[in-house]
Amino acid sequence: MMDEAELRRLSAGHILCGLAVVVSLGVPPFLFEDFSLLGSHLTWLCVCSACVITVNVLLLLTLKPNPSTKRSSFTHKVNKLYRTCLYFFVSCLLFHGIIVLYGAPLVESVGETFLFAVLLSSFTTSRCLCILGPNFHAWIRVFSKDGAMSVWDHSLQITTFCSIVGAWLGAFPIPLDWDRPWQVWPISCSLGATFGYVAGLLLAPFWIYWNRKRLTYKSR
Amino acid sequence: MRRAPLLLYLTWLSVSFYSGIWLFTSGFLLMRIELNNQSRCSEPPSPAPHRQAAPCWFPQRFHKAVIVIIDALKYDFAKYNPANNNPKPYENKLGIIHQLTTSQPQHARLYPFRADPPTTTMQRIKGFTTGSLPTFVDVGSNFASYAIQEDNLIHQMIQNGKRVVFMGDDTWDGLFPKKFYKSFFFPSFNVKDLHTVDDGILQHLYPTVDGGDWDVVIAHFLGVDHCGHKHGPDHAETAKKLTQMNQVISTLIDHLDDQTLLVVAGDHGMTDTGDHGGDSEKEVTAALFLYSKAPLFADQLQTDPPAVPQVNLVPSLSLLLGIPIPYSNLGAIIDDLFGFPRDKLTAQLSKTSAYHLNAQQVARYLDSYSRAAGDLPADKLRVLADRFSSLTAEYEQLMAHQEQQSEEELEAHLQMIIQGLRSYLDQAREVCMESWARFHPLHMIMGCIILLTSCFLCYIIAEAGSASTLPYKYLLGYPLLFSISATAMLGLAIWMSVVELDLVTVCAAATIVYQMSFYFNFRTRKGSEMSWRKRPIYLILSGPWVVLLVRCCSLFSDSYVVAEANVAPFLLTSLLTVTVVKLHWDSKLMLPTFNPLGNESLKPSLTPTYRKDGSRLLGLLAALGLCVRLSGLFHNCREETPDCQPSSFLSPLSSVRDPDIKNFSYLCCIVCLGFIVFFIRKWLQHYGNLNSSSPLVLYVRWGFPLIVLGIACYWALSSGTEDSLAKLRELTHLALVVSPRAIYALAALGLLLILWNPITIFMKSRASDEDNTVTTYHGAPGSAAELQHVIPQIYRKMQRTLKSRLQHGGVGEDGKKGTAVEAYGLGSVYSAAMVITISILTLVLIMLHSERLTPAFLLLLLEAFIILHIHGHVANLYSDGVELFSVPWYAVLAWSLAASQHFYSTGHQPVFPAIHWNSAFVGFQDGHTNNIIPALMVAANTFSASILFSAGSCLLLLWPFLCEAPTARRKKGKKESREGDTEDHDMPMMEMRLREDPDRFSVALLQLGTKYLFIQGVQLLSCVCAAMILRRHLMVWKVFAPKFLFEGLGFVVSSLFLLLGIALVLRVDCAVSNWFKRLIVQQNR
Ligand SMILES: [Zn+2]
Ligand SMILES: [Zn+2]
Repeated sequence: MMDEAELRRLSAGHILCGLAVVVSLGVPPFLFEDFSLLGSHLTWLCVCSACVITVNVLLLLTLKPNPSTKRSSFTHKVNKLYRTCLYFFVSCLLFHGIIVLYGAPLVESVGETFLFAVLLSSFTTSRCLCILGPNFHAWIRVFSKDGAMSVWDHSLQITTFCSIVGAWLGAFPIPLDWDRPWQVWPISCSLGATFGYVAGLLLAPFWIYWNRKRLTYKSR
Repeated sequence: MRRAPLLLYLTWLSVSFYSGIWLFTSGFLLMRIELNNQSRCSEPPSPAPHRQAAPCWFPQRFHKAVIVIIDALKYDFAKYNPANNNPKPYENKLGIIHQLTTSQPQHARLYPFRADPPTTTMQRIKGFTTGSLPTFVDVGSNFASYAIQEDNLIHQMIQNGKRVVFMGDDTWDGLFPKKFYKSFFFPSFNVKDLHTVDDGILQHLYPTVDGGDWDVVIAHFLGVDHCGHKHGPDHAETAKKLTQMNQVISTLIDHLDDQTLLVVAGDHGMTDTGDHGGDSEKEVTAALFLYSKAPLFADQLQTDPPAVPQVNLVPSLSLLLGIPIPYSNLGAIIDDLFGFPRDKLTAQLSKTSAYHLNAQQVARYLDSYSRAAGDLPADKLRVLADRFSSLTAEYEQLMAHQEQQSEEELEAHLQMIIQGLRSYLDQAREVCMESWARFHPLHMIMGCIILLTSCFLCYIIAEAGSASTLPYKYLLGYPLLFSISATAMLGLAIWMSVVELDLVTVCAAATIVYQMSFYFNFRTRKGSEMSWRKRPIYLILSGPWVVLLVRCCSLFSDSYVVAEANVAPFLLTSLLTVTVVKLHWDSKLMLPTFNPLGNESLKPSLTPTYRKDGSRLLGLLAALGLCVRLSGLFHNCREETPDCQPSSFLSPLSSVRDPDIKNFSYLCCIVCLGFIVFFIRKWLQHYGNLNSSSPLVLYVRWGFPLIVLGIACYWALSSGTEDSLAKLRELTHLALVVSPRAIYALAALGLLLILWNPITIFMKSRASDEDNTVTTYHGAPGSAAELQHVIPQIYRKMQRTLKSRLQHGGVGEDGKKGTAVEAYGLGSVYSAAMVITISILTLVLIMLHSERLTPAFLLLLLEAFIILHIHGHVANLYSDGVELFSVPWYAVLAWSLAASQHFYSTGHQPVFPAIHWNSAFVGFQDGHTNNIIPALMVAANTFSASILFSAGSCLLLLWPFLCEAPTARRKKGKKESREGDTEDHDMPMMEMRLREDPDRFSVALLQLGTKYLFIQGVQLLSCVCAAMILRRHLMVWKVFAPKFLFEGLGFVVSSLFLLLGIALVLRVDCAVSNWFKRLIVQQNR
C-alpha cells in the first residue's frame, strides 16, 4: 500500500533538491564578481552540479531512502564510496560520449561539453547512486515498466526522464538564427535539463499522489 | 501471391502524388527560358528608314549616370506630404525629393515604380538590368552560378565603352562577376546589420563621383531594407535611416555636373512588417526619382505621375545613354523622358522613333522566344505580331508622305502611332507576365490538397491492410475505371471545346476522382472491420510520431532547412535510441551485468528474461552514432552559412597538389571500395548464397572485383591526367572514356542477370537411402553447422506437396526412393538478390561521385546495415514470428531519415550551385549530344542516397526474418538439453516464412510501400506548404523553393526506386516459385 509518510518525506526531499538549483542561481553573484547565468555559464555549471550533488548526499544521509538491511563494516563502506565515485565518473564520460554522438562539437568546447555531461550526471546518476546505491542491477530494474518498488523509485524514474527530455528539447533552439546569447552551446541544453529536472521534482509527488491507487509496491 | 495488383496499387499512389506535385509546381514555380542573344550597336532590331541619325540606335542624351538603388525604398517613403502634421517614422523623411520636384519641375520627378513579383532583391536586380520578368527558375545555360546570362544593361554599358563603377550589395558580384570597371562589395547576408553596407558605400561614393574616372556609378544601399526586416517600417530606426538617405541624395546632387543623369530607385517595397517577396500592393510599389541638372522634362505635371513599371527603366536608360536596348527587354520607354524641350514636332518625331525602336526590339525578342520555348500562348503572340506589323506599316506610310501634311495633322498622326505602339508594348508585357510572373493560388492549394489526400490514403492502407487481404477489385479496379472514364469525358469535352482546361487540371481531376471513389469503396468495404480509428489518441505521442512531427515542423523554418544536415542525424539517433530504451522499458530485454568490482551483496531478486541482445543493441547504437558522426565529415556548404568550410573530400583527387597525399587518398579510396565488395561477399557467403554456379553468383564472384578494378583504373587515370606524357595523352583519353563505359556495361549486365535469374540457391543432391528430404542450409557446404540449419517445415511442406502430387498422378510409391536435396541459401534468397542489386547500384554511384567520397558510401552502407540489424533484433524481441510481417513505423521513419542524412553526407545541399555537375561527364569526357543522359547522371548523383535507400527499403521487411535464425537457435539450444525432439519445430525458416503465407507477404509489401510513401509524402507536403505559406518570406527563393524542388524531385526518384525494389522482390518470388516447381518435378522423376 501507499505510504503517506514516505510520500511526505519524498516531497520534502524534492523541495530541498529544487532549492539546490535555486541556490546555485542565487548565491554565486555574492561570491564571484560579475557572475551571470549566460556570461559565466561554466562556473554556473560547476556550482549547480556541486549543489545538486551535495543536497543528494545530504538527503541520502538524513532521509535514508534505501535503508540497508545489513550492518556494514568500515572497509565495506570505503569500497562502496569508491565504487560510487567510479560510477559517477564513468557516467560523466558516457554522457560526454553520447552528447558528442548526438552532434556536439568534438574538439572545440570540450570543457563545456564535459561540464554539461557532469550536470546531466548530477541530475540523473547522482540521484540513482544516492537512492539505489552503486548497484547496476537495481538501476536496470528501476528503469523498466514494472520495476519501481517504492515512491523513491518512481520519483527517480520521473526526474531522470524529465531531465533527459529537457536536455533533448534544449537542443532545438540552437540552429535558429535569433542570435540570442542563450543559443550558444551548451547553454540552452543545460537550461533545458535544469528546467526538466526541476519540473520532474515538482511533478513527481503530485503524480505519485494522483496514481496512489494504482501503485502498489511489493515489500522488499 | 498477387503481384500485378500490388505494383499497380503503389504505382497509382505514386502517380497521385506526382499529379499533386505537378499541380503545385504549375502554380508556384514561375519558369522561363533565358535567351543568350545580345543586342549590338551594329545590328538594330530591324532596318527602319526613318530612324534618327545616331552612332548607336538612338542619339545619346547623357554621357554619365549615377544610379542609386535604395533597397526596399517604398513609394510611401519617398512621397512627401507637406499637409501631414503628424508623420509616421517613415513618412516625410526624404525632403530633398519634394524640394527638387516642386522647385525644378523640369529637372526632377518622382514616380511610383511598380516591381514585378517575385519581389526579392536578386530577382529585382535581374529585372531592372535585363528588362525582363525574371522568375524563380530562369532556365539558362548555367545552373551552377547565379550570374546573369541574358543580355543586360551592365553588359551593354561595358560593351559600349562605359566605365561602370559599382559599390554596395554583394549580390551584384554574383550576378555580374568580374564585370565592373571598379567595384566595392559589402556583404549583404546579415540582415541585422544596418550600417556596414551603407557606410562602406559612403566612404567611396563622393570621391568616386568627384574623381571623374567613371561613366556610370551604381550604388546599392541596403540599410532601409535591413531596417525593415529587423524593426519593421514603423520604427525610429527607419526614420534615422531614411534621413541618412535624404542626406546622401542631397549631397550627391551637389557633386553632379549637368551631363549626368541621377536615378534613385527602390528595388521593391515592403509590407507593414517589413518583409517582401510576394505580390501585394505594398511590396510592388517602390519609388523612382529622376533628376538632372539639364532640363529633363518638357512640361510640368499637374497631378501625380502614373506608375512606371520597373522594366521601363531599362529601355529608357539605354536610349538616353546611347546604348542598345538589351535583347530580352520587355519594358517600354518612359514617355516623359523623350519629349525634349525642343520644338514640339521634332520632339514628337524623335519620341515616335524611340517608341518604334523599342517596339521593334520587343517584337524581335518575342519572336526569338517563341521559337525557343512554347510557354507563351501562340494565338496571343500572333495577335501581337499582326498589330505590330500594321503599326509599322502605318508609321512608314506616314513618314513617306510627311511633306504632304500640315504640322498639326502630322502631330496628331504621330500621337496616334505613339499610342498604338505604347499599347502594343503594354500588351506584350502583359502576355509575358501572365505566363511568367503570376502565382496561381488555386493550383497551389489544390496541389496541397491532393498531396494531403494521397498521404491520407497511404496511411489508411498502411494501417488497415493488416487485417486481411485487400479486395483489389473494389479498391483498385473500380476507382481506376471511374477515373479513366472521368478523364475520357473531360477529354471529350475539351475536344468538343465545351470547356477549356490544360493538361495539369485534367490530370488533377482524374486523381481526385480516383481518390474519392477509392475512399468511398474503402469505407463501404472495410468500414466494419477497420480498427485503426479506435486507437487511443496518446499513440500519436509515441516516439516515431513525435520525431516525424518535429521533422515536418523543422521544414517550415529556414534555419532548420539550412541546418538539416545536423537535424536529420540528430532525429535519427534519437529515434533509434528511444526505440531501444522502450524495448528495455517494456522488459523485453535486460542488460548484461556491468560489475567491475565483483558482485554486490544486494542482488536484485528478479530474474528477468535475460537476453544477450541488450549489449548487442547498445553496441549497434554506438556504432550508428559513430557512423552518423563520421559521415558528417563529407558535408558541403551553402551560402547562408558563411562560416562553414566545405569538406576537402568533395574536390576531385586531381586537384590535390601534394603527390604523397594524393597517393595516400587514392589508396584509401580503393581500400574502402574493396571493403564494400568484401563485406558484401562475406555477407552472401555467410548466408550461403555464394555456393551455386549460376551466372549471377559467378557475376558476384568475378564481376564485382572487375568493377572495382575498372573504377581503380579510371580514378588513377583521371586523377593523374596532367602528369601523363604527351604521347600517352590520347591513350589515357581513350581509357578515360572506355573504362567508365565498360563499368556501366558491366553493371547493366549484372542487373539483367538479376532480372533473368535471381536465384542464388545451391542445390546439392545426394543419393539418400534413409528418406527423401529437402533441406536448406546456410554457410559453406560441409561446415560443422550444417545440420543446424535444416528447414524441416519446408521439407514437410514439400513432402506434403510431393505426396499429393504423387497421389494425384497415381505414380504410387516411386517418389519415396528419390534423392535427397540440400539447398544452400534458400533462407536468404530474397535479400541476396536485393543486396546484390544495391551493391551494383552503389558501385556505379560511387563512380559518379568524387573519388574521395567513397568512405561516405561505405558509411552509408554500414549505417543501413546497422539500422536493419537494430530493426531485426527489435522486431524479433517483440514478436514471435507473426508480427514480423508488419514493418513498424519507426523503422520506416529511421530509413527515410537516414536517406535524408546521406543526401548531405554524400556532399550535397538542396541549392543549385551545390549540384555536382562534373558527374555528367564520367565516361563522356567530350560532352553529350543530347540532354537526357547528362540529366539522368546528375540526378543519379544528386539523389544517390534516396536511390539506395528506397531501392533497399524492402530489406526492412526481409531482415527480421534473417535475424530470426540466431534467436531461434538459442531457444532451441536451451530446449535441446531437455528434449531433443523439439529440434525440428524450432528451426529457423527465415525468409521461407514469407513463402508460406503468400497473401500476407503481398499485403506486407503493400504496407511497407505505403508506409514509405506516406513518410516521404508527409515530408514533401510540409515542404510544399512551407513554400506556399512562406512565399513572402525573405528566404523563399533561396531556401524554401529550392528545398521544395529538391524534395519533389527526390520524392519522384524515391518512389520510382521503391517500385523497382518491390518489383525485384516480386521477380525473385516468381523465380522461387518456379524453382520449387522444378524441384518437385525432379523429385517426381
Ligand atoms: Zn531588396
Ligand atoms: Zn529585403
